[in-house]
Amino acid sequence: MFMLSAFMPAANASEAAATASTAVPDAAAPATKAIFPPAPKLTEADYPSIKGVNARVVVWLVAQLHLWFGAFVVAVPMFVFIIEAIGMATREQRYDKMAYEFIKVTITAYSLTALLGGLLSFCLILFYPDLFQYLALIFKESMFAYALLFFAESAVLYIYYYGWHWLQGGNKKWVHLTLGLLLNAFGLLLMFLANAWTTFMMSPAALDAAGVFNGDTWAAIHNFLWNPINLHRTVANVAYGGSIVGAYAAFKFLSAKNKEERAHYDWMGYNANFIAIGALLPLPFAGYYLTAEMYAYSQQMGITLMGGVFAWIFIIQAVLIGALFLSANYYLWCGMGRSEGAHRYNHWIKYIAVVLVVSFLVWFTPHTLVLTNSELKDLGGPYHKYLGVLGIMPAKNTAVNFLILFTYLSFMFYRRSNKFVTVSWAKVGNAAQVALFVAGSINITILGVYHGYFTNTVIKIAASIPQVLTTLVIIIVSVIIDALMYKGAKDVAPLRWGRMPPRSQYALFLLAVSFTWLMGLMGYVRSGIRQHWHVYNMFRDGSPDAFTPGLDYVANIVSIGTIIFMAMVIFVFWLSTVSGKHVVSKGYWKEQQA
Amino acid sequence: MNTTQKRRIPLLLQMALVIFGTYFGFILVFDVLLGQLIPKSLLTMYMVFVVSGVLMVYTFTEEGTRELTAPIKALVEDPSKRNIRNVVFVIVPLLAGYYTYSSMLPSFDPPTELRTIHPAPPNKFKAYGKSFDLTKLENPYRKFEKEDPAKFKEHVREGGDVYIKNCQYCHGDKLDGKGPYAPGLNPTPLNFQDVGTIAQLQESFLFWRIATGGPGLPDEAAPWISSMPIWENFITEDETWKVILFLYDYTGRRPRTWEHE
Repeated sequence: MFMLSAFMPAANASEAAATASTAVPDAAAPATKAIFPPAPKLTEADYPSIKGVNARVVVWLVAQLHLWFGAFVVAVPMFVFIIEAIGMATREQRYDKMAYEFIKVTITAYSLTALLGGLLSFCLILFYPDLFQYLALIFKESMFAYALLFFAESAVLYIYYYGWHWLQGGNKKWVHLTLGLLLNAFGLLLMFLANAWTTFMMSPAALDAAGVFNGDTWAAIHNFLWNPINLHRTVANVAYGGSIVGAYAAFKFLSAKNKEERAHYDWMGYNANFIAIGALLPLPFAGYYLTAEMYAYSQQMGITLMGGVFAWIFIIQAVLIGALFLSANYYLWCGMGRSEGAHRYNHWIKYIAVVLVVSFLVWFTPHTLVLTNSELKDLGGPYHKYLGVLGIMPAKNTAVNFLILFTYLSFMFYRRSNKFVTVSWAKVGNAAQVALFVAGSINITILGVYHGYFTNTVIKIAASIPQVLTTLVIIIVSVIIDALMYKGAKDVAPLRWGRMPPRSQYALFLLAVSFTWLMGLMGYVRSGIRQHWHVYNMFRDGSPDAFTPGLDYVANIVSIGTIIFMAMVIFVFWLSTVSGKHVVSKGYWKEQQA
Repeated sequence: MNTTQKRRIPLLLQMALVIFGTYFGFILVFDVLLGQLIPKSLLTMYMVFVVSGVLMVYTFTEEGTRELTAPIKALVEDPSKRNIRNVVFVIVPLLAGYYTYSSMLPSFDPPTELRTIHPAPPNKFKAYGKSFDLTKLENPYRKFEKEDPAKFKEHVREGGDVYIKNCQYCHGDKLDGKGPYAPGLNPTPLNFQDVGTIAQLQESFLFWRIATGGPGLPDEAAPWISSMPIWENFITEDETWKVILFLYDYTGRRPRTWEHE
């Protein structure tokens, strides 16, 4: 950790920086404090160009591709570590094998992340030299530490992967697990450092009255949006990593040659989907926290984000999140076909589907409608008298809580489908769960409808917290009741892994593609709300591209990025297939004499 | 064949009935019963996801999928269904062609646009010959709501006078955006009764919008479409604050605040 000491704060550095952020520069400031120049005022001539190359598009695509791969390689070791630990605890080797296969996919992706990171640095130096220089001046210590940490992470990853079969059994396995922990620590630290550069551009900290940076590295890192982004990205990465390895499992399932392979990759796909959905459920709340912090940092930024020009991308986001929930549920429902006892629950699925679809329709209904001229005249304005109320946050909050709750219900039915309950209090347990769901649903609705529409805005926003807590309480209590009720329960029959229709695997692909597209679009929004600023309200973007592009243009660029990324991911999957092939070429090599 | 088995509608027909039933249900409820049409763009998106949901329910089991696709398979493969196949294979492309033709047909309607409703406020702006800091700006008369309700009521009444003399022509005497001039404007004036307009905003935001009007909208995310006049040229600063009191009082909405009251 010696390399980190260079940028770690003195005991009271953050307080000093916080004071500096509000106070006029003090002539009596400590002599050791770095003096930073004001942000440069750039003109178009300050941005180098290469004929035929659109600098913004190149940096946009490369940064996005780097981020997609980066998110994947930071996330996978997290659940690989957990799966390996489960394998150690249960002594079931299949967990160890699956963890190894997950990390195997990561290795090529890791190289691609590094290559794209290098390309991004070159692009920034080439096309935005003044911005890069300015950020490097403020973050020099953390950038240097980042580069060194990258070596450390690589070393640990390679030992972790190549030493997998060597470090088996007894203390060796513990050493291996510890390496997994270290790998995660390095990975997360790297991401947190890079997040600081990004969030500083959105919410620069430690500025003096003239808007000049006047703090130390820690003050710049520990800016207003750093932790909200750290949390949001960590959770989102796990969901994303799960979806990509799910797509890998689906790819292998569809190309499987025999029953055993199909069973193995079916099981792997199920686990990957479980990870993706497990992390997806708390993600909206991490998103709310981030958005609330954006509003708190700058109301202007908040309104631009949710009510202004970027609001339409949130409608697309709503559609994609709905698609994620629908495909995840569909995968679970198809998965019930692995069990002989599923027929007991099949008839409930249509009711779950109705709640999911209705919640989803509420979730994406915009407040300001896209209307033809005649519709506008008929309605008497851009707002719908009845549907308009679905366009604001209380309705969305209510809908997303129902989406989460009923996705959990799908999972609960899936888990129960192959079990016979044996405890004597099963009826009471079921009744308690029904009561819990009904009471919770009523509470969520009252909180959404009454507090959402008939109280002032502070209470409106605050009501989302008890809604979330209600959902969490229902899920946690229900998990506990189910765990007790099904303890020692008998299996209806052995689960038939591999008995899955091919269309269920396309649901896994859809999950991965939706996640990728979603991350691209929302990543653009996060970056785009700076509008014509490199560093918000402090360092003006003077390049020819200092404008907010139209939504169609944005959607096209992000879609092209998604296609490139998915093509690269398929290449990674294909490589993992090729690496396992051994072709015997008869007659090619000289016969070796004994 | 088991004759005691309950006869039920074939799955494909069931699915079609659910989908078309939902589609016409939306139109019946909104266009006919509630008298507020459901916009085509929204209905299309609703139906995409209704169809997805219905398909998911009918295909998550193997038996369901087999039963659902059996008539389609038979239509394509079964030699005895040749006549109906020929009819379907003529009708479906014709319907698709008609749909494509109608959607591509040139029209005199202006293209629909995604309108940005809430412009992001600047931190500071100039009006009435001075600079206002939007992050700290408060309605000077709001305090009387608790301190002196009679005085507050008087200010609301004065605000009402200002509104009737200046604003109701567009925004309507019921504050619902349906004033006598409203039909001539596109986009139509804001409906203050709607839960998504003033109820979502701080009083300082309204003050900025009223004082600087359409021309005072920010450069970012332009072009804006607004025929709102620059009211600082016509009413005083006090009158602006009072009319804001009236807007909230009449509609029964509360201005957005960041703290509990």
